[in-house]
Amino acid sequence: MENIWTIENLWNAIGTVLRNWLAGFLPAWLVTLIMDLLVIVVLLAIGIVAVLVLSFMERKVAARAGDRYGPNRWGPYGLLQPFADAIKMLIKEDIIPHVADRFSFNLAPVIVTVGAVMTYAVLPFGRDMVAANLNIGILYFAAVGSLSIIGLLTAGWGSRNKYALISAFRAVAQLITYEVPVGLCIICVVMLAGSLSTQDIVLAQQERGWFFLLMPGIFILYFLAASAEMIRCPFDLLEADSEIIAGHFIEYSGMKFALFFLAEYIHLFAGSAMMVTLFFGGWLGPWLPSWLWFLIKTFVVIFVFMWIRNTFPRIRIDQVLKIGWKVMVPAGLVGLAITGFVDKLIADKLIAGVVLFICNIGLIIGVSYLMGRAQRRKEMAAEGAALR
Amino acid sequence: MLTHEEILSRLRERFPDAVLEVPEGMIDFTIVIAPQAWHDVALFLRDELGYDFLTNVTAVDWPDRFEVVYHLYGVQAGHPLLTIKLPVTDKENPTVPSVVDVWRSADFQEREEYDLMGIRFEGHPNLKRIMMWEGYEGHPLRKDFQNRTFTYAELEPSRKATPDW
Amino acid sequence: MSVQIPPTERLRTDTIEINMGPHHPSTHGVFRMVLTLDGETVVDLEPRFGYLHRGIEKTAEERTYVQNVPFTDRLDYICGITNNWAYALALEKLAGIEVPERAEYIRVILGELTRVMNHMLAIGFLWNDLGATTFTPVVYAFRERERILDLIEMAAGSRMMPSYIRAGGVVADLPEEFMPRLQKLVPHLKRFIDEMDTMLTKNEIFRARAVGVGVLKAKDAINAGITGPVLRASGVKYDIRKADSYSIYDRFDFEVPVHTAGDVYARYLQRLAEARQSLRIIEQAMRDIPEGPVTSLPYKQLSRLKPPKGEAYGRIESPKGELGFYLVSDGSNKPYRFRIRSTSLLNLTLLREMCLGHKVADVVTILGSIDITLGDVDR
Repeated sequence: MENIWTIENLWNAIGTVLRNWLAGFLPAWLVTLIMDLLVIVVLLAIGIVAVLVLSFMERKVAARAGDRYGPNRWGPYGLLQPFADAIKMLIKEDIIPHVADRFSFNLAPVIVTVGAVMTYAVLPFGRDMVAANLNIGILYFAAVGSLSIIGLLTAGWGSRNKYALISAFRAVAQLITYEVPVGLCIICVVMLAGSLSTQDIVLAQQERGWFFLLMPGIFILYFLAASAEMIRCPFDLLEADSEIIAGHFIEYSGMKFALFFLAEYIHLFAGSAMMVTLFFGGWLGPWLPSWLWFLIKTFVVIFVFMWIRNTFPRIRIDQVLKIGWKVMVPAGLVGLAITGFVDKLIADKLIAGVVLFICNIGLIIGVSYLMGRAQRRKEMAAEGAALR
Repeated sequence: MLTHEEILSRLRERFPDAVLEVPEGMIDFTIVIAPQAWHDVALFLRDELGYDFLTNVTAVDWPDRFEVVYHLYGVQAGHPLLTIKLPVTDKENPTVPSVVDVWRSADFQEREEYDLMGIRFEGHPNLKRIMMWEGYEGHPLRKDFQNRTFTYAELEPSRKATPDW
Repeated sequence: MSVQIPPTERLRTDTIEINMGPHHPSTHGVFRMVLTLDGETVVDLEPRFGYLHRGIEKTAEERTYVQNVPFTDRLDYICGITNNWAYALALEKLAGIEVPERAEYIRVILGELTRVMNHMLAIGFLWNDLGATTFTPVVYAFRERERILDLIEMAAGSRMMPSYIRAGGVVADLPEEFMPRLQKLVPHLKRFIDEMDTMLTKNEIFRARAVGVGVLKAKDAINAGITGPVLRASGVKYDIRKADSYSIYDRFDFEVPVHTAGDVYARYLQRLAEARQSLRIIEQAMRDIPEGPVTSLPYKQLSRLKPPKGEAYGRIESPKGELGFYLVSDGSNKPYRFRIRSTSLLNLTLLREMCLGHKVADVVTILGSIDITLGDVDR
């Protein structure tokens, strides 16, 4: 028997040992049940730990972007700050407005959080490290990920606050709009990989090269659409604090607010992890163990999201919808057509990759030229408007 | 740029009764206009003399009268300051015509004078209190205004007379 | 061919009314707007004021002329210096006070520094309103403002509430180390303004949000008493520094920048250009500043100042626009009437017209581009 105790295989090895030990005195069905429950607990723990790390990272990145120190009071470099935040959230008073619809008000944070956590099931954290290697993994991810729309709508409606209501409108409009380009981009990846399973997609990239190199245009499209899906800047209209203050969670406090907070960062982590899976070769990488590669890549993507958040202003709701329907969906369709034709017509994988790359660059240039021209025309028209 | 004499002669020519007085020894050139003629004079000043910029509307509470004061400039024509004064002798119910339709800048300022000085501007489209709250009694900038403290119940009838804390 | 839906089958929609403020992160203080929205589109807007009304005009009637100087600091609390200046100018006009040469130069230097500071903050807060939610541009603007405040503190002893410029001159002469630091600061600020320009001006999202939003026509702007950068961004070349050439502004070589789009973007560009011109003025004033006394009216005389009977309206180009004081004297040592011609209040006159038909998000942006201070609106 080969040695299973490598760093690469660390987590699986622990699982195997545990399973063997349990199988010694328990029936098989109970072992499966216990092991599955354990995986769920571990995933939840990963979710919460990730949120702690991310909330700290968000504050530090924002601080460094703004030439500040950020949290540095509790613990070395302020590292214990997220725990202080968590304790504060937990012991805060839970306020329910007396006009609120109590049922939907209380239900909303649960829906949002559950929807977010469920996406972890199909994330390939490393080689052979996925909670459920579904053969429709990516489809499951897209479906479960959009469950949170219902939660946001419920929250906005149940709070009986007009700002929350506006946020709920925006949630429905924006998230449904961006489901479409996200789906189109995923289809492109799936076509190249030939499978819906997240593990197979990663393995396909081992063979053909990372997909963001093959399809930079589709990648940019996915990046933008996914940031709209994750409600990250510049598409964070649902919680625009300068306009509708905090949007759907304006009336929430204490633990329920913490749940929204949790869901937001779980979404961020899951979305970035999925982006890594689809375009950056997932856990592929030399020297280091696969799960570490996966985490490194994910955090780099998350950092890029935070960077953007601290650099750019927000887009207006009508512009968001306009870009979604008028630019991203057509561009996604064109990209889909390109990918399909190239993949089917050119048998040689290297040549197909090069052709795909060139076509994608063309797509990027074409879309940015058209968008730029529209904006320049608008600016030309605005010049001298005050004197007319 | 118009000289003071030119302004006066054109005004007198057009509105023989409007110019009540041109006070001597003022720092800024001032014309006292009869309140009832003010709206027409304002239109004339804006359209024909080029005073397109009404910068300040205010009122002064003198013992025997109110004085509504307007400070005008001509932005496009480059006119210097012209002060217009309207004497209002009726201290019980002071009323002057509104010039919001002539200079939009009078909008908030007339409301302010109505609120704080208690001068009614006839023809203002939205003459309500602007700084003090609705239901406030009295006009604070008048000289006979008595300062007094308010109880919680007065400020917010829904609140208890003494707060709980 | 369009299908006509009978009114009974049409989806019934309704407008909603929203109170934006007085507690709202983007109203720049305790300002309140009652918005009527059709979906996200603004169909009506009514500004409500008075949440910061402190009755300065009334209080000032019971204080002597010099005691009123600190009240003026608290009008537009970002630009204390220019508020002092406007009051001093009106009082000098009323009482016929001469101002020594050196004091005028000091006034110009500090006044223009205040303008640079205000414009930097205005741009920062505009970005905040646009949704740079982590305050990044504001933080940088605040960092540079701190350097300017240090200089004001050096001269006046106080950062935001200087009460430094009084009738007849300024309170005290500049300390020795002021000029060297200013000489270092001016090129630094120039670099910072350029940096802002490169970082912000070409941002596509910013342009998409700002171009064509909240257009203010030149004629309407003049008619509504709107002044300052907002007016000049609408294409009206009207700067009180040139029109009245009060103080010693006729000695300096500077331009009045103008933009013709009249939208949020033009106001942003206008502020950048004006900050550059202000630095130009400061450079010239630094070069030419003479030695000599800094006040013609020592404190003992100033505190007993009794202007002759009469009245005067004095105004300056404050960073936000025209700031005027109308003083009426009855010959005593207290003003009989103390009227503040507020900049921010007048600039808000056309807020409703600018916002109609735009989205909720634009209301915040337009308000940010007008750059109000609630201390000035409500007084």
